[in-house]
Amino acid sequence: MGAIRHVAVNVFKESVRDKVLYSLVVFAVLLIAASYLIGQLTAGQDVKIIKDLGLAAISIFGLLMAIFIGIGLVWKEVERRSIYSLLAKPLTRRDFVLGKYLGLVFTLAVNVAVMTAAFYIVLAVMSWMTLPEIRAGWPAPAADPAMLKAVAMIFVELLLVTAIALFFSTFSSPFLSAVLTLGLWVIGHFNSDLQSLDSTLNSPLAAAAARGLYYLLPNFAAFDVKAQVVWGQPVPLSYIGLTSLYGIVYVALVLVGAVTVFTRRDFK
Amino acid sequence: MAAVSRTTLVTLAVLAGAVVGLQAWHERAGAPLLPAGAGGNLLYLQSPALARRAALSYDSLLADIYWIRTVQHYGRTKLAAGEAKRYDLLYPLLDLTTSLDPRFDLAYRFGAIFLAEDPPAGAGRPDQAIALLEKGLRAQPGKWQFAQDIGFVHYWWRHDYSGAADWFRRASQMPGGPDWLAGVAAVVFGEGGDRASSRRLWQEILSDRDSQYLRGQAEFRLTQLDAMDQIDTLLRVIAAYRQRSGVPPASWAELIRSGLLRGVPLDPAGRPFAIDAATGGVGLSPESPLNPLPTAERAR
Repeated sequence: MGAIRHVAVNVFKESVRDKVLYSLVVFAVLLIAASYLIGQLTAGQDVKIIKDLGLAAISIFGLLMAIFIGIGLVWKEVERRSIYSLLAKPLTRRDFVLGKYLGLVFTLAVNVAVMTAAFYIVLAVMSWMTLPEIRAGWPAPAADPAMLKAVAMIFVELLLVTAIALFFSTFSSPFLSAVLTLGLWVIGHFNSDLQSLDSTLNSPLAAAAARGLYYLLPNFAAFDVKAQVVWGQPVPLSYIGLTSLYGIVYVALVLVGAVTVFTRRDFK
Repeated sequence: MAAVSRTTLVTLAVLAGAVVGLQAWHERAGAPLLPAGAGGNLLYLQSPALARRAALSYDSLLADIYWIRTVQHYGRTKLAAGEAKRYDLLYPLLDLTTSLDPRFDLAYRFGAIFLAEDPPAGAGRPDQAIALLEKGLRAQPGKWQFAQDIGFVHYWWRHDYSGAADWFRRASQMPGGPDWLAGVAAVVFGEGGDRASSRRLWQEILSDRDSQYLRGQAEFRLTQLDAMDQIDTLLRVIAAYRQRSGVPPASWAELIRSGLLRGVPLDPAGRPFAIDAATGGVGLSPESPLNPLPTAERAR
């Protein structure tokens, strides 16, 4: 456990050195600038649009970080040949992979937490600057705590994307890993189409294959509750719990795969 | 970090200046070289179903982008003149917006006003306004405001009073629908488009908490109705003058001299009313921002 923590802490320190946290400044500037501009452009829908933009930005920034840092986590050590000295230490390959994963997850957690705080501050200021009679017409309060449900779902989605990026990183080049991870993420949003394909396909074999892929591929669309929280619709905690469980089990599956591949890999 | 040389700084400044200058030149000389309409009124993505798929999990954000495009298209077209004054993209943009985010209430409600409004202030397509609101009702069957707005389009722009009464009645019967709508439905059905029911409807919209824009619209319409009341009063004054002298007054000055008016009458926007010396008719000055007034049948 100590070895995993050491690797994780180093991943976090490296991301700070690589100025990854600068993305937070970009996020904050984007939100503040948008909140001013959007107020002029949208004929009274500024709070809704700031919420949409804020949640989408948290998701997109996190996704970019998860993919583009995740794909280099293992590959960089192999490319620099530092993997030899690392594995010569009392550190198993499993601990190395898990440490890398947890390090990036910690970086993402810090990013998501700071972005969420900035997001709520912008919304609280908007709410404070708005007349009470206008606020009364909003479908949900500006700084609605229910939006944390969407943020939680985004974070679970990022956990899964990071695991997938790390998995590909254990045996593939960064470019290919990025393409494959992004490809899976896109396909994961069309999961419901795979589900309904069996009603349109004539071949029973193809229908069964589509059905199989529906169950096997990650269902990223399930993590999206952004529209519901923005409109103040109820998102039951049971849904959040079930979807989080699905995400975490999938993460475990991918990490076991990553450890297995990395353990068998020959660096000679 | 090594210091940047002076030559590099000068080069950067010259290149930055050149880029800004060329962009300004392009704006003045380049853009007019293209045929009109090339690049302006284009909608690359026409299919709402495709847009939903392409948006992945960002459909709500894409809906916002299309909504901003809708507002800009409406505003730009409203200010345009000649050939460019065409609201062709209004319905497709609203359709995309509301397909991407079916709960985007104001897109339905504002969109219906943009579409139904008579040209040149709007597209003059109450049929599309009704189609948009009906789409909203399919997405949110309990939204009585959409049913009220459909009734309103029938009432105000189509002058279909039985259709309006039917929709007002439906809205009043929906969960949360206000009781006053049932009364309005009865009046509209019985008496058609009288000014009192128009005033009542706009006053209710004025108290709508959903949107400042809708309240602005209501204030404008109520001011127009005030102007129409003033015109009625002035017509009665002119009738009195005509009875006395046998001819209509040639100007407001004659009415002032006769003691029937104290001064040149101003509309609620502060512009003088126009008098037709030949017929004795009264209307708004062409410069008045209250133009065009609702048609005569609504003025009853």
